[in-house]
Amino acid sequence: MKIDRRCFLSFVIGGAAGTTLSPLPWKLMDDSSIWTQMWPWTPVPEDGEISYVDSACSLCSGGCGITVRKIEERAVKIEGMKDHPVNDGGICPLGLSGLQLLYGPRRVKHPLKKVGDRGSGKWAKISWDSAIAEIVKILGKLRSNNQSHTVGLISGSDRGTVPSLFRRFLTVYGSPNLMRTPSLQDSYEIVLNLMHGGQALPGFDFENADFILSFGSGIIDGWGSPVRMIRANSIWRNTGAKVIQIDPRLSNTAAKSDKWFPINPGTEAALALGLSHVIIKEDLYHSDFVDNYSVGFGEWKSLLREDYPPEKVAKITGIDELTIVDLARKFARASKPIAICGRGRGNTPGSLNEFMAVHALNALVGNINKTGGVWVVADPDYIDWTEPKLDAKAVSGMQKERLDGAGSKTYPFTRYSLNRLPAVISSGETYPLQALFVSGANPLYTMSDTMAVREAFAKIPFIVSFSSYMNETSQLADFILPNHTCLERYEDIPTPFGFPRPVIGLSRPVVEPQFNTAHVGDVIIKMAKEMGGSIAGAFPWDNYEACLKETLGDRWDTLIKKGFWSDSRFKAPSWNGSFDTPSGKFEFANNTKGFLPQFKPVGIEGDETLYPLILIPYDLTRLANSFIGAPPFVIKTLEDTVIKANDVFIEINPETAKALRLREGQYALLSTPKGQARVKVHWFEGILPGVIAMPTGLGHLGNDEFLDGKGVNYNQLVGPVEDPGTGLDKAWGIRAKLAKA
Amino acid sequence: MGKEQKGPKTKRFGMVIDLDKCTGCGSCMVACMAENNVPFRKDESNKFLSLTWLRIYKLTNGKPFPDTDICYLPRPCMHCEGHGGHSPCVSVCPAVATDYSDETGIVSQIYTRCFGCRYCMASCPYHARYFNWWDPVWPDGMEKYLSPNVSPRMRGVVEKCSFCYHRYQLAKERIFIEGRSEVEEDEYQTSCAQACPARAITFGDLNNPKHAVYKKKKSPNGFRLLERLGTNPKIYYVSSREWVRRAGDNYLKGEGKLKESVQHG
Ligand code: SF4
Ligand code: SF4
Ligand code: SF4
Repeated sequence: MKIDRRCFLSFVIGGAAGTTLSPLPWKLMDDSSIWTQMWPWTPVPEDGEISYVDSACSLCSGGCGITVRKIEERAVKIEGMKDHPVNDGGICPLGLSGLQLLYGPRRVKHPLKKVGDRGSGKWAKISWDSAIAEIVKILGKLRSNNQSHTVGLISGSDRGTVPSLFRRFLTVYGSPNLMRTPSLQDSYEIVLNLMHGGQALPGFDFENADFILSFGSGIIDGWGSPVRMIRANSIWRNTGAKVIQIDPRLSNTAAKSDKWFPINPGTEAALALGLSHVIIKEDLYHSDFVDNYSVGFGEWKSLLREDYPPEKVAKITGIDELTIVDLARKFARASKPIAICGRGRGNTPGSLNEFMAVHALNALVGNINKTGGVWVVADPDYIDWTEPKLDAKAVSGMQKERLDGAGSKTYPFTRYSLNRLPAVISSGETYPLQALFVSGANPLYTMSDTMAVREAFAKIPFIVSFSSYMNETSQLADFILPNHTCLERYEDIPTPFGFPRPVIGLSRPVVEPQFNTAHVGDVIIKMAKEMGGSIAGAFPWDNYEACLKETLGDRWDTLIKKGFWSDSRFKAPSWNGSFDTPSGKFEFANNTKGFLPQFKPVGIEGDETLYPLILIPYDLTRLANSFIGAPPFVIKTLEDTVIKANDVFIEINPETAKALRLREGQYALLSTPKGQARVKVHWFEGILPGVIAMPTGLGHLGNDEFLDGKGVNYNQLVGPVEDPGTGLDKAWGIRAKLAKA
Repeated sequence: MGKEQKGPKTKRFGMVIDLDKCTGCGSCMVACMAENNVPFRKDESNKFLSLTWLRIYKLTNGKPFPDTDICYLPRPCMHCEGHGGHSPCVSVCPAVATDYSDETGIVSQIYTRCFGCRYCMASCPYHARYFNWWDPVWPDGMEKYLSPNVSPRMRGVVEKCSFCYHRYQLAKERIFIEGRSEVEEDEYQTSCAQACPARAITFGDLNNPKHAVYKKKKSPNGFRLLERLGTNPKIYYVSSREWVRRAGDNYLKGEGKLKESVQHG
C-alpha cells in the first residue's frame, strides 16, 4: 500500500510530494498545535431567513449573471445565475470570491483626501459634499482658464450608462480625453471598422463552430467572457469540434486543445498568411463569398502568392511546411471554422496586421455572418439621450486633439490609445494633463512599464480615483471617492466581448452599502449640477437610478424580473447589404485606407547579445490580472510552482535551464531592459527553449495584506511597442536574461 | 460499521469528473471554500498546511518538449466505501469522529468528537484530510459572509469534504415540508459541481439509474484513483487520454503491456 501511495503522489504532485510524505513537518508543527480542544474562539455565524438575489458580476468584463444567497441582511455566497445566456450557472474563481472583496480589508470606507506627500499613504476623511465641492472648484478653474481639455478620464469600459455619463460630462465640460483600458477589443474594433465597416464588437458563434483555430488566445484562460468560453470548450468536447492552439507555451488552453503547435513568439501573423496562401493556392476558399461579397482580394492574393509560401512561413514560424499545408486544408474543409487571436486574456491590443491576417481567414472560408461563424454585434441602442448643448468653452475644448493621439491623422482609426499617454505626458510636447479621473481601472498596475507610468502620472497635478478598493492608482490619487461595489449598486452590464448576441445584465444592490460610499453615477450627476450652466443642463436626472430606469425604458422590468435582457429578435446579418464599408462589401484590403494584411515582424525591446532569452507573460483563471487584484480565495488556489511564500516562479525549458546552470526552485535574477526582479526557477517541459514565462496578476502593492508583495508585476518588466498604424501596444514580450542570484 | 449497500432505499452519492472537460480553472476549489467556511491565511503556498477540501492536481506526462501534456485532476474526498463501509479513515478513528453513512454513502466528520490524533490523515491515501493547526481568523468584517449551515472549525480538529452534506439536510427538510419522499437529483447538488463552468463535475446517486452519474460512471474511459487498494472510492474520473488514466494507477484492459513506458514523476 505504501508503495502504491507513493506512486500516486510522486506522479501527481512531483516535488511537493516529498514534503507531504516526510514526517518532519508534522513533527515540527506539533508545538504549534494542541492535541485537545480548549474551547478556542471561533465565530458562530448567525442563522436566519434565506433569500436569493439575482445580479450581475462586474469584477471583470465577462458579464456573468450571479445569484447571491443571503441570510437576513448578510450575503453569504455568490453563485452563477442559472439560465443566464452568458454563464448559465457557471462562475469563475474571482466571481465566487466577490464577498471577500465586499466585506474585505481592501475597501475604501469613506471618501478620502490625501494629506502629506503623494503616495505616502496618509489620508484624511472628508465629507462627500466637501470632496465634490473641492473637485468642482478645480474643474471650474481649469475651465475658466480655457484648460477644460486638460482633464482626462481613464475608464475600464466605454459602454453602458456609467461610462456614457462620464463621456457626456467630459463633452459638455469640454474635454476629448476619455481613454479606455487597452485590450484586444481595440484591435478587433479597428479590424471590424476596416473590413466590415462601422463601430461594433465582434460576435463569435463559438457554440456552433466545429473548428477553432486560436493564435495564442487563452480560450479557457480568460479570453473574451471567461465562463462563456469554458462552457463553449465543453460544448466542443460534446460535439467533437476540433481546437487547434498556436502558442509558444503549453498553456492550459493548449493542453486542452486537440493539437498544440508551438510557434516562435510574435510570428503568428505569418502563419495566418501562410495558411491563406495554401487555401488560395489549392482553391479551397469560399468563391461565392470572395467573388461576390468582398473586395481587395486580388491585391492581397498576389502579396500572399509572392511572400508567404509554406517553405518561407515555416522558416519564420518554426512550424514545418507539411503541418502548415495540412492545417490550412483542415481549416478550409471544416464546415464552420473560426480563427481568433489576442494573446492570453487579450490584455494587450496587439498588432493590427496580425488581427487582420487572422480575421481574413474567417472571410476566406466564407464563415462570416453565418451560424457558427463571426459577425458584428452592435450595442443595443438603449442609451439614446438627447444631444447635449455645448457652450463655447465646451466646443473649443472638444476641438483640441486628444492627448493620446487616437483619431488623429497618424492614427485615424484608433479610438483610444492609453499606452501612449505616459510618453506624451513625459515629453511635454502637446499640452499637460492637469487633472485625471480614474474609474473601473487601475492603470498604475495594468499598464506596461509601470515605473515610467508612475513617473508620468506623478506629473499630473490632480488625480481622482473612484475605486471601491485600495489599489496602486488610488494610492497615488489626491482624492478617492469610493464607488459602491457591484453588490451594492445598480448598473447595466453591456454585452461582453465576443458574445454573438446583444445582452444586457443588471447589477443590483444585494446588500445595503456597507460603508460611506456613493454611486459613481450619482457623483457625476452631482458634479455636473454643481458646475451649473450647460453642464448641469445636460444632466436632467435627479440621480443615477432615475437615469438608469429612464434609459432602459421597458427593458427595466425584464431586467428586474429576469436579471438580464437579451434581444430575442436578433439575427446574424446576411452577406447582402450588411457591410458598412465604402464598397458595401467585405474588404480584404483597401488602398485608400492604406491597409493590406501582411506580416511585419514585431521587434521586441532589448539587445539579443545582452538579453539572450525572451520573456512572455501567461494568464491564469486562477489569478485575476485586470483592475481588481486576486482576493484571498483566488490566491489560495495557486500552485506552489506559481508562487511560494512571496517568490514567483519563472517557467523555463529544462534544456535552457541546464545551459544556464539553473536548478529547479533556485533563485535567479531576471533582468529586462525595463527592470529587474528576484524570481525562482521552475523547470517546465511545455515551453519553447529560449523562452521564459511569468504569470500575470502578481506583484501588487497597496491593496491588502493578503495580496501585497506576492511575486512580481509582469508589467514592470515590459514596455509598450507601438504599432505604427494604430498607436496601440503590440508588445508580446521582451528580451530578458536570467542569472543565478 | 456499514454493511454492503444494496437495497433500493440506500443511496451512494458520488461524482463523475470529466477530465477532458476540466480546465483547471479553480472554480470548484473556491466554490467549496465559500460554501463551507474554509478559512485562509496570509501565505497559502505551503500546500501541506493549506486547507482545501477540494484540491486540483496538475498531472504531467513527463515527456520533453513538444510532446509534453498536462491534465488537471480535481480531488475532493473520495468517500470510500471500502468493503462494507470500511473506509480507511473510518477504520482507524479512535473517537468515532468520522463515520460511513449506510444511508447516503457519505463519510462524515464530526468536529466536536475529533481530538486531533490525525490517524485518519495518515490512513487516507488521497490526502483529502486537513488539520487545523490554527484557529481560523477572518479579517475584521469578513466574518459577515460566513454561512450558518456549516460550523467553522477550531484549532486541533481534522476537516475534509462533506459532499456538502448540509445541502442534503436542507433538501430533506424541504421534501418533508412538501410531503414528498424523494430528494430529486437537482435538489441536492454540491457547491463544486454547481459552480463548475465546464460542467465537468456530475454529482448524484450512483445507485439510482435515473441520475446522470449512474450511466457516466460506466464510461469505457472511466477510472478511479488507486482502485486496486480496495478503497472503493465514489469519485469516478473520465479521460480519453491514456496516460491520464494510468496516472490514477489504473489502466484499461489490454493496455497493460504499455505500462513500462509510463514515467512516474
Ligand atoms: S468571468 Fe468575470 S464576470 Fe464572470 S464571474 Fe468571473 S469575474 Fe465575474
Ligand atoms: S470548476 Fe470544473 S473546470 Fe474548473 S477546475 Fe473545477 S472541475 Fe475543472
Ligand atoms: S462536495 Fe462540497 S465539500 Fe466536497 S469538495 Fe465539493 S464543494 Fe467541497
